[in-house]
Amino acid sequence: MEKVIDIKHLNKSFGSHEVLRDVNFTVNKGEVVCLIGSSGSGKSTLLRCINLLETPSGGEIIYNGENILDDKHDIKQYRTHLGMVFQQFNLFNNHNVLKNCIVGQQKVLKRSKEEAKTNALKYLQIVGMDQYINAKPRQLSGGQKQRVAIARALAMDPEVMLFDEPTSALDPEMVGEVLKVMRQLADEGHTMLIVTHEMEFAREVSDRVVFMDKGVIVEEGSPEQVLVNPKQERTKEFLKRTLKQ
Amino acid sequence: MSLDIILSILKENWPSYLHGAYITLLIAVFSTIIGALIGLLIGVVHTIPLRKKSIKAVILKVINFILTVYVEIFRGTPMIVQAMVVFYGLYAYGIEMDRFVAAVVVVGLNTGAYMAEYVRGGIVSIDKGQYEAAAAIGMGHFQTMVHVILPQVFRNILPATGNQLIMNIKDSAVLSVISVTELFFTTKSIAGANFRFAESFIITCFIYLIMTFIASRILRIVEKKMDGQDAYQVQTKKEEPNL
Ligand SMILES: Nc1ncnc2c1ncn2[C@@H]1O[C@H](COP(=O)(O)OP(=O)(O)O)[C@@H](O)[C@H]1O
Ligand SMILES: [Mg+2]
Repeated sequence: MEKVIDIKHLNKSFGSHEVLRDVNFTVNKGEVVCLIGSSGSGKSTLLRCINLLETPSGGEIIYNGENILDDKHDIKQYRTHLGMVFQQFNLFNNHNVLKNCIVGQQKVLKRSKEEAKTNALKYLQIVGMDQYINAKPRQLSGGQKQRVAIARALAMDPEVMLFDEPTSALDPEMVGEVLKVMRQLADEGHTMLIVTHEMEFAREVSDRVVFMDKGVIVEEGSPEQVLVNPKQERTKEFLKRTLKQ
Repeated sequence: MSLDIILSILKENWPSYLHGAYITLLIAVFSTIIGALIGLLIGVVHTIPLRKKSIKAVILKVINFILTVYVEIFRGTPMIVQAMVVFYGLYAYGIEMDRFVAAVVVVGLNTGAYMAEYVRGGIVSIDKGQYEAAAAIGMGHFQTMVHVILPQVFRNILPATGNQLIMNIKDSAVLSVISVTELFFTTKSIAGANFRFAESFIITCFIYLIMTFIASRILRIVEKKMDGQDAYQVQTKKEEPNL
């Protein structure tokens, strides 16, 4: 299997607070990996370290064989290969839906306006938002915003998609529409790393599930292994607590 | 004081009033634009993220210090005094500035000092998520500013800029101390010749009021325009999307 992201001995502290401790894991090409764990266990921090929104305190992040923490590595270039979807959507408030999906292609990837537009419309259609291209973010519902945010990330044609609790800020009736889009992407073979609390979804789409607790990876394996027959006590406890809700 | 006298003063002096109003408006508009640009520049420089210890960071600190000194001086002294110091100060060094240019420079620098604070506030009030989303698609600091942050800042500071324009229309009257032929100075000349101070200045009062009223209406319209339509058009297949 071809490793796309390979994380070795990753550490991250905020001041004296150690948030990630010796994290090792890989994402292979075409794989869907779900990252689960209770709130505050460091899932977001791990995701944000991967695209360098946070600077790791130690360790290596190997992307296609190159350590991107080397000083000479072009961070902006690297980030274009990762599509990030945030819990709070973070659509550009000054741009309409279409422009949200175009601006990065034009300004960062230097694509022509026509090419960028065609590509943006392709992905807006996939997420079912092609009818709303003239709408401003403030005119959309949470679920619609998140689908546009997914299209914006996809329009950059990234190699890996990162999702940080994409449905946690949504009203319950809107969770389904976003998960449906993500399921489709998974079926199409996109490489995805997803932080989620949707256990049912994780079980269905993941090739692998990683359970984190207090900044360390406690257990990882197939959805069956981790979610149905966990070996570690901490995983069992977490699942018991989550399923009760 | 009677309406007849006012009308006769107007009849006799309307070209002078008009010219004075024109100069006042020019000073106010130019200085507000210059001030807004200065404010924007300072606001942006003040919010450049400082990376560790590097030569760039040291230079930036020095620049920030100089800018802070500028802001404090211009906010902390009366504009009428600044006008005297700039114009006669330069005059003492043999530089005779055009009086109109001097007026625009003084009011512009003044406006810039105030706008810097509004712009800084406008920038820091923007959600951190906007920066992160821009960074995540590979934009650099400059691109993020130009394509994402500043357009939102423009909208945020528009009301403050409008206020400054209105203040500048009024406050440019103090520039009469360096004999710029703006509205107040012109009125003084008119009144000095006909000795009808009250009537002459009543006219001036109305002219100022008309100018500030129109300025505030125009700004309201610009704000509406920038906010765009309340409703969006649902796109059907054939229509061309507009960007
Ligand atoms: N910028 C920050 N500064 C200080 N502490 C932080 C920061 N971001 C996260 N943390 C801390 O790191 C820990 C892990 O946070 P996070 O990665 O957001 O967890 P999760 O996403 O699993 O809920 C928490 O204790 C949180 O308070
Ligand atoms: Mg989180």
